[in-house]
Amino acid sequence: MNWINAIIQGLMLGGLFALFACGLSLLFGVLGIINLAHGDLAVLGAYVAVALLPSVHSNALWALLFVPPMFAIFGYGAQRTLLQRSMQSGPLTTLLVTFGLSVVLQNALQEGFSADSHSLSVGSLVTKAFHPASSISISYLRLGILVAAVIILVTVQLFLAGTSTGRQIRALSDDVEAASIVGINTRHVAGVAAAIAFATVAVAGLADGMYAQFAPTSGSQLLLFGFEAVIIGGLGSLWGTLLGGCVLGLAQTIGAQADPTIGVLVAHLVFLAILAVRPSGLMPATVEA
Amino acid sequence: MAEQVELDKRAAATAPARGPRILRSTRASRWAIGPGVVALAVLGYLPYLVDPNSTTTLVNFFILLVLGMTWNLLAGYAGLVSVGQQAYIGIGAYATLWFAQHGVEPFVAVPIAAVFCAVVAFPLSWLVFRLRGGYFAIGTWVVAEVLALLTIRDSSLGGGTGTNVPGLDGFDPVVLGAITYWAALAVAVLTLAGCYIVLRSRVGLALTAVRDDETAARAVGVLVPRAKRIVYLVAALGAGAAGTLLAISQLNVQPNNVYGVQWSAYMIFVVLIGGIGTLEGPIIGTIVFFVLQQTLSDQGAWYLIILGSVAVVMAVWARRGLWGLLDRWGLRLFPVGYRVLGARSGRL
Repeated sequence: MNWINAIIQGLMLGGLFALFACGLSLLFGVLGIINLAHGDLAVLGAYVAVALLPSVHSNALWALLFVPPMFAIFGYGAQRTLLQRSMQSGPLTTLLVTFGLSVVLQNALQEGFSADSHSLSVGSLVTKAFHPASSISISYLRLGILVAAVIILVTVQLFLAGTSTGRQIRALSDDVEAASIVGINTRHVAGVAAAIAFATVAVAGLADGMYAQFAPTSGSQLLLFGFEAVIIGGLGSLWGTLLGGCVLGLAQTIGAQADPTIGVLVAHLVFLAILAVRPSGLMPATVEA
Repeated sequence: MAEQVELDKRAAATAPARGPRILRSTRASRWAIGPGVVALAVLGYLPYLVDPNSTTTLVNFFILLVLGMTWNLLAGYAGLVSVGQQAYIGIGAYATLWFAQHGVEPFVAVPIAAVFCAVVAFPLSWLVFRLRGGYFAIGTWVVAEVLALLTIRDSSLGGGTGTNVPGLDGFDPVVLGAITYWAALAVAVLTLAGCYIVLRSRVGLALTAVRDDETAARAVGVLVPRAKRIVYLVAALGAGAAGTLLAISQLNVQPNNVYGVQWSAYMIFVVLIGGIGTLEGPIIGTIVFFVLQQTLSDQGAWYLIILGSVAVVMAVWARRGLWGLLDRWGLRLFPVGYRVLGARSGRL
C-alpha cells in the first residue's frame, strides 16, 4: 500500500514539474531560448507574492490573480528588450545571458529577503486530504496542482493549435524569416510567447511555494527538474513534458520510498539513464535527421 | 585555412631572403616577454614580502584564473558551454582528501588528483556529448549534482558536512600558506602555458576553426568531436587542479562549496567580462572580478549582482569583452595564429 501511495504522490509531484517545464518547453520550442533563469523566475514569483500578499489577503491563492499577469507583462518586456537582442547573437549568448540573470536574481533575492526560507500560506487547505484507503493520503492542494498543470498544458496546446496568435507562434517556431515575409509581426509574437511562458512559470513558482518551502537559491533545483522533464519528454512536445514530469516525480517518490535519502538522486539517475538510451526523449515532436 | 598556412610556410622556407616571412610573435608579445619574466619572479618571491592574508587572496585568484582559462577553452573555442565544471572541482577536492586520508602527502596528491579528474571525465564525456548546445549545459550540471549526491553518501569522506584534509596540521601556518601559494602559482602558470600550447598545436588550429565556423571546419576535414573531447579532458584537468588547491588552501572539503554551481557563475563572468575566445580575456576578467570583490567585500553579495549584470551586458552588447576593446589595436600577448609579412606589401 505504501508503494501505491508513493506512486500517487509521484504523479502529483510530476504535475508540479510539468507545470514548471511548460514555460521552458514553450520558450525553447518557439524562440530557441534555453532559459537558465527559469527556476529563479519561479522563485521570484513566490517572493513577489510574499512581498505583496499582506496588503491583499493572507491566503496565497489570491496571488494567483495578480502575480501571473505581472509576469506576463514582465516576460513581454524582457523578450522585446534583452532576450531579442541576445537571440540575434546566437543561441549560446542567450544561454550565458539567462545564466547571468539567474545569478543576479538569486543574489538580489538574498539581499532583499535574506537567505532564510519562506513558504506561502494557503490556510487550512494545506492539511486537507482525502483517504481512499487507509495508507493512501491525497492532499487537495497537491491534487489541485496536478489538475492545474494538466489544464494549463491543455490550454496552451489548444491556444497554439486553434487561435490566430497560436498559429503565428507556431509559424515563428518553424521559420522566423518566412513568418515575417507573410506579414507576421515576429517580435510582437515572440513577446506574446514569452509572456505566456513567464505567466506559467509564475503559477509554477506560486504552486511550489504552497507545496514546500523556498529560499533564494531553490531555483536551481527547480530548473534541473524542469529541464529533465523537457528532455525526457522530447523537445517541443507539451504532452511529452507532462509525461517527463510524471516520470521524474515517480522516480523521486518511489526512490524515497525505498530509502528517504536517495529520492532526488534516483530522479537524476533516471534522467541520465534515459539520456544515455534515448537522447531524443520519449515523445519527440520532431525526428532528428 | 590550415592548408594555406602550410603552403605559406613552405613558401617561406624556399623563398629568397626578401620573400614573405611567417611570424607567430607580435610586437606586443615580444615586448611582454621581459615584463612577464619579471612579474613571474616577483610573484614567486611574494611570500617573503607580504603578509599571509595577501597570499591567501592570491591563491583564490589563481584558482579562479585556472577555472576561467579552462572554461574559456571549452566555451570560447570548442563551443561547449558547460555549467557543470564544478563536478571536476569536487572530484579534485575529494580525490585530494581521499589520497591524504590514505597517507599520501597532500601536495603530492595535487597532480594525482587532477589527472584522476581527466580520467573520470573520459567516460562522462560520452554521456554529456550526446547533448547539444543548451542541453549540454544542463546535462553537465545534472552530472555534477549526481556526483555531489553520491559523494555525500560516503560518510568516510565527511558525508553532507565535509571534513578536514589530514596531513596539513604538521606544517607551520606561514610555511603552509607559502607552499600553497607556490603550488597555486605553479598550477596557474602551467595552465596558462598548457592552454597556449594546446592552442598553438594542430588541435588548437582545429579549435579555432570550430570557434569561427563549426560547419565549415567539418567540411575541410577537421575532426571536430575528437578536438572537443580533448578540450573537455583538458578542462577537467584544470578544474580538478583548482579543486585540489581549494581543498588544500581551505584545509577542509565541504560538498556544498566544492560542488557548488556558483563556480560556474564565477568562470562565466570572468570569461565574459574579460573576453571569450582569447587567452588574455580570462586574465583581465579575473583581475576585474577580484578588484570588485575586494572593493565591495563588506556589501554582501552586491559584487555578484554587479558582475552578473556587467556580464549580461557584455554578452549582448560587447561580445568580445574588455580584451576585445584593446584588440582593436591588434594587441596580442599570446599570439596563436600566423601572420605573413611580405617583402614589399608589408604587413598583411
